[in-house]
Amino acid sequence: MYDVSYARVNAVPAAVDAFSKGDDPKYIAGGQTLIPTMKARLAAPSELVDVSRIEDLIGICEDGDVVIVGASTTHAAVNADALMNQRIPSVSALAGQIGDPMVRHRGTMGGSVANNDPSADYPAAVLALGATVRTDRRDILADDFFVDMFETALEEDELVTAIAFPVPKRAAYAKFPNPASRYAMVGVMVAELADGAIRVAVTGAGSSGVFRWTAAEKALAGSMDAQALDGLSVDADDMLEDLHGSGEYRAHLISVMTRRAVLAL
Amino acid sequence: MTQISMTVNGKAVSADVEDRTLLVSFIREHLGLTGTHVGCETSQCGACTVHVDGQAMKSCSMLAVMAQGAEITTIEGLAPSADTLHPVQEAFREHHGLQCGFCTPGMIMSAADMIRRYEGKLDEKTIREQLEGNLCRCTGYHNIVKAIEAAAETMAQSGETQTASA
Repeated sequence: MYDVSYARVNAVPAAVDAFSKGDDPKYIAGGQTLIPTMKARLAAPSELVDVSRIEDLIGICEDGDVVIVGASTTHAAVNADALMNQRIPSVSALAGQIGDPMVRHRGTMGGSVANNDPSADYPAAVLALGATVRTDRRDILADDFFVDMFETALEEDELVTAIAFPVPKRAAYAKFPNPASRYAMVGVMVAELADGAIRVAVTGAGSSGVFRWTAAEKALAGSMDAQALDGLSVDADDMLEDLHGSGEYRAHLISVMTRRAVLAL
Repeated sequence: MTQISMTVNGKAVSADVEDRTLLVSFIREHLGLTGTHVGCETSQCGACTVHVDGQAMKSCSMLAVMAQGAEITTIEGLAPSADTLHPVQEAFREHHGLQCGFCTPGMIMSAADMIRRYEGKLDEKTIREQLEGNLCRCTGYHNIVKAIEAAAETMAQSGETQTASA
């Protein structure tokens, strides 16, 4: 790892202030992606601003029919949270499938969402549920937040402070994990929102990161039944291709995992 | 350089470290506690697992400065005394849950953590799922899983599951 200087902050304004004084700074929360990336010298920030202990960013609460997760809340905490398990069990179940127990004890929702890894799990939930990403300066709708793989609508120094999930009527996430890394080869969340809208979000597969499968949404709006998906498929040319699977393989998996998510509703 | 202080295996320690020092390097090289192993260096094998404030974490995937003020338990601090093994250690010995032993410290720290979280109520399937973050390249996991199952049962019977990561 290249040399780096580290500062822990205990409030959001202090975090943004420390960031503004850095040369080539980065926010760090759990660091479960950033530290390994820095060890591999694929990232070399000159300063790290640690936001993992900012108390305002930790914890889960509800505001009417919205469940709000502080950005520095760990995956393990989301998985175990009584409120989340009661209101949006699909999200707590998803959190329990991220990485492994040690990663879940340290990795955070804000970090995962801000990084927008094309194979991360949370982006599927944020997009399918029509969540809002709250930052130190504004609210960003999920549909506007995820721009491309590893790219979001966040400005350079903008800090995610919370994710606000509207409670859906029902939702389910079906994941086909890579057997080695546990990242999603394909992960699909199917949701019926409170207003009856159907949303299907796919992670792990798209060459531009998480995306909505609108053809499936239309079909399921007609009939929330796995058979409604018969004959539908995504274009293999738009899929990621790597040593773990071809575009055709991932396109096929999307159909399979979408069916499984519908059956799990 | 930054001065850090934390509690490791019940003892207060402090040192000046480079900010980029990994927690595992601090534990092994500064404190001389070489029971915590560095296996893959890519955050996948879990050989470096320690408990930070009571939760299992990979000490190769956090900086020592991030553990400022934390309570750390390593494999050296798990046994209640010099001549008594922790029930998980005892079970690994009894069930031969190791061959070369390289992954064993991480396996045992993960096992103690999962027994605490599940209050000793673990079946084989859950143990295998919960061991996702620990790689063993010798045993094929069978004896490791048997050892954890046995330790969970022993600890549940004796009411020790709440202090598994103390």
